[in-house]
Amino acid sequence: MNAKQEAPEREEIEALLPWHAAGTLSRRDAQRVEDALARDPELARRYALVREELGETIHLNETLGAPSARALENLFAKIDAEPERRPAPSLNLGSRIGAFLTSLSPRTLAWSATAAALAIVLQAGFLADIMLKETKTTGYETASAPSTDPGVGAFTLIRFAPQATSDDINKFLEANKLSIAAGPMAGGLYKVRVAVTGIPKGELANVVKKLQQDKVVGFIAAAE
Amino acid sequence: MQTTSDEVLISRIAGGDRLAMQVLYARHHVRVYRFVLRLVRNEATAEDLISEVFLDVWRQAGKFEGRSAASTWMLSIARFKALSVLRRRPEEELDEERAEQIEDHADDPEATLAKKEKGSVLRKCLAGLSADHREIIDLVYYHEKSVEEVAEIVGIPEATVKTRMFYARKKLSELLKEQGIDRGWP
Repeated sequence: MNAKQEAPEREEIEALLPWHAAGTLSRRDAQRVEDALARDPELARRYALVREELGETIHLNETLGAPSARALENLFAKIDAEPERRPAPSLNLGSRIGAFLTSLSPRTLAWSATAAALAIVLQAGFLADIMLKETKTTGYETASAPSTDPGVGAFTLIRFAPQATSDDINKFLEANKLSIAAGPMAGGLYKVRVAVTGIPKGELANVVKKLQQDKVVGFIAAAE
Repeated sequence: MQTTSDEVLISRIAGGDRLAMQVLYARHHVRVYRFVLRLVRNEATAEDLISEVFLDVWRQAGKFEGRSAASTWMLSIARFKALSVLRRRPEEELDEERAEQIEDHADDPEATLAKKEKGSVLRKCLAGLSADHREIIDLVYYHEKSVEEVAEIVGIPEATVKTRMFYARKKLSELLKEQGIDRGWP
């Protein structure tokens, strides 16, 4: 490759040097720049100039000081003068339920809680009855064939980190071969299937421990 | 320890949460102030402007869609406010300010170098750049904005971002040369 052919590519790479120094290039571009720097001493010399500029720009900005408390006072004086804001509709269900409960008197709250507890007990009894009946009528099933029944398998309860995007969550599910079986439930929890067949408790605990390391996961627990 | 993300804070601000506003302010006000101060070059004006910027954040929080980083959004608002102030300022005032930034050096470049370190000369030249050039250098080097983010804040195509950065650096080299520092580039 002669110098003329090399020129446009060098120009393109050179234009990226400031962002490379600041660490804001994509991994692919950063690698391209690194490769070019390794084989081109003149480019490396110019990169040293860029790094010098970067250092002095930071130095210059850091000597600019900070605003006084007056700015914050002014801001909140202006906010106070704004018309009162109604809670945004984007508030999550939990917050809305919380706000509703706060508005109830202690007596009303106590009666509501008793009624709710009674309803839960009745519902639990009803569900247990159905489960027992179903167990009795379950027929033969091979151990090797994974069931497509959404209730079969090993599960965890996961609350995703607030900053996790849907793309992050999809990647996380794919990478770990997981699928969402139910949710979102109260508290933003999802029931996530980690295996298509049941697995021993110890093994499930290990899976939970591993998944817990991922930044997408805010909370995780094994589900019964 | 996990901190609340800016996006979560902004959604709370949209619901009228003043504490969330305080947290967001504490997190970003210094950088926003410095960005504005480098553009308007007046501390009192910069202070007034950041109150205005964060008041806009309070008012527009419900419209923030999170497609870009919160800091990018806030710097866009800050830039708009700063440019509005600059537009109201007479052109002669700006030229005088620019001249003041670079013309107080000694006549003899060698003597200048003898007295000052290269770093301080470089900082002086950085301060002597035009508003457009100062802005792009600060956004890239100090505010750590990517090409795409600078394009969004400044409202220019990504290719223009790279070209403007190149010319800002070229101008910086010229100013340094005038001060007796030849970097051998461009």
